[in-house]
Amino acid sequence: MAEVSAPLEQFVVKPLVSLHIGSIDISYTNAALLMTIVVAAVMLLLVGGTRRGALVPGRLQSLAELSYEFVAGMIRENVGTEGIVFFPLIFSIFMFVLFSNFLGLIPYSFTVTGQIVVTFSLSIFVFLLVTVVAFARHGVHFFSFFFPPGAPVFMAPVLVPIEIISYLSRPVSLSIRLFANMMAGHTMMAVFAGFTITLGIFGFLPIAINVAMFALEIIVCALQAYVFTILTCLYLRDAIHLH
Amino acid sequence: MDPTSAKMIGAGLAAIGVAGAGVGIGNIFATLVSSIARNPAARDQVFGIGMLGFALTEAVALYALLIAFLVLYAV
Repeated sequence: MAEVSAPLEQFVVKPLVSLHIGSIDISYTNAALLMTIVVAAVMLLLVGGTRRGALVPGRLQSLAELSYEFVAGMIRENVGTEGIVFFPLIFSIFMFVLFSNFLGLIPYSFTVTGQIVVTFSLSIFVFLLVTVVAFARHGVHFFSFFFPPGAPVFMAPVLVPIEIISYLSRPVSLSIRLFANMMAGHTMMAVFAGFTITLGIFGFLPIAINVAMFALEIIVCALQAYVFTILTCLYLRDAIHLH
Repeated sequence: MDPTSAKMIGAGLAAIGVAGAGVGIGNIFATLVSSIARNPAARDQVFGIGMLGFALTEAVALYALLIAFLVLYAV
């Protein structure tokens, strides 16, 4: 089954530098390498772009300013002005997800966001943060979030469990959405690339489909980074304003 | 039934779920087109929300596709 299992081979985490402390494996893997590259690229764009601080921005500076303005506007619109204290966090999440999505598109590189462990750690962090913020803001009053205002009281036994389940499933849906998009997209491209070899002379057809799919993937990469960030914003708004 | 053909059939069954997401995405864009046609001034606001809806619905299609791929290649 060697050639059949090939489409998922791109998601295998391989250790590049083997490191072990006791029984804990802290090897420097290809995933860790890609994450380092992502952080370095984001730093290069932002630090290098804003270093000169020209009044009339150059190409790099306008890119840095554009991404800043985009995320700041998103927070202002969806969370409100008091959400701007969370700007550094949300901006980091957005840039990290966007860059790892895009760098994963380069052939023979590695998609960090195609690993459920990465997306789930991101989303469980967001979930815990949002819950802590909500408790810090509203205290015990936070529990009224699980009962929609204006609903008749006798509906509470039905509504409250549903609301609690939907609240608890947030980190799961947030992480699986990003993970499934990245993984299914990359697997689909690998499967079509496999058809190119098996079809022989008609191999140009899968290649044409793959080119179109690559264009779709570029849109999806940007869109999923946006969706992840905007859902973080919406959760934060729920935490700050409750209903 | 041997495991390989069971796998194929299972993956095919898992991919049926994509149909629902197809209906959903069609619905989103149909509504987007008609709302922009009714009120062209609202285009910028509506387009962003439409794209968000598209991404959220497409993710559901990819859940089904993911299961199909996992059945085919990973199990």
